[in-house]
Amino acid sequence: MKICVRFFAAFREITGVETEVVETTAASPAGLFEECTRRYAGLQNYSSSMVAINDEMAQWDSMLSEGDEVLFFPPVAGG
Amino acid sequence: MNAFEISSQMIDLEAFRRRLLNRSCGAYVQFDGWVRDHNEGRQVLRLEYEVYEPLALKEGSRIIAEAKQRFGVSNACAIHRSGLLELSDVAVVVGVSSPHRGEAFDACRYIIDQAKIRLPIWKKEYYANGNEEWVNCQRCSEAGHEHGAVSARVPR
Repeated sequence: MKICVRFFAAFREITGVETEVVETTAASPAGLFEECTRRYAGLQNYSSSMVAINDEMAQWDSMLSEGDEVLFFPPVAGG
Repeated sequence: MNAFEISSQMIDLEAFRRRLLNRSCGAYVQFDGWVRDHNEGRQVLRLEYEVYEPLALKEGSRIIAEAKQRFGVSNACAIHRSGLLELSDVAVVVGVSSPHRGEAFDACRYIIDQAKIRLPIWKKEYYANGNEEWVNCQRCSEAGHEHGAVSARVPR
């Protein structure tokens, strides 16, 4: 299925990509991120990252559906 | 005005405080987060906040609503900056008004603590030596991780 992936802040700088549409068999954001780490090695250097699907915070094991927009957030640092 | 806002402009603290004035309240607690000139031994010159606004606004409003419900305060608001900030600029302000001070302090603390770990906001620091770096979150440090140097994988 086709999924739109968006990278933010440090993730965007590591990948050099803001938005990309990928063809994936991953069932969850965790699997999708794993695929991304194979293409963009630097992504492995983060933990405590967060994920959102279609502008709602999601879990790493949430289910993906065709056409979803998945947002990968590196560790946040507001305040 | 909304309970939680993102602003690319300097925050007008007096106007912010006036929004929370309430004759039935005897207590007002305000927290200002300032841009500090150092972090982890490095001299900071300025910083930049990247904010994903659609979700930051949603999640910020949720945090405020939670605080009001949990602590029973009369009103609460917060504004977080985006963009480039200079030293001593106000990066974030949280204000809570309440009949009595105890719940106002508690609610204010809750809002800023939750904002730091839940809002999709990222901080890039610019250092005196010319380097720049994205700063990791408080939750990382609490979990014993090193800023920017962790090698753990994404949690499953």
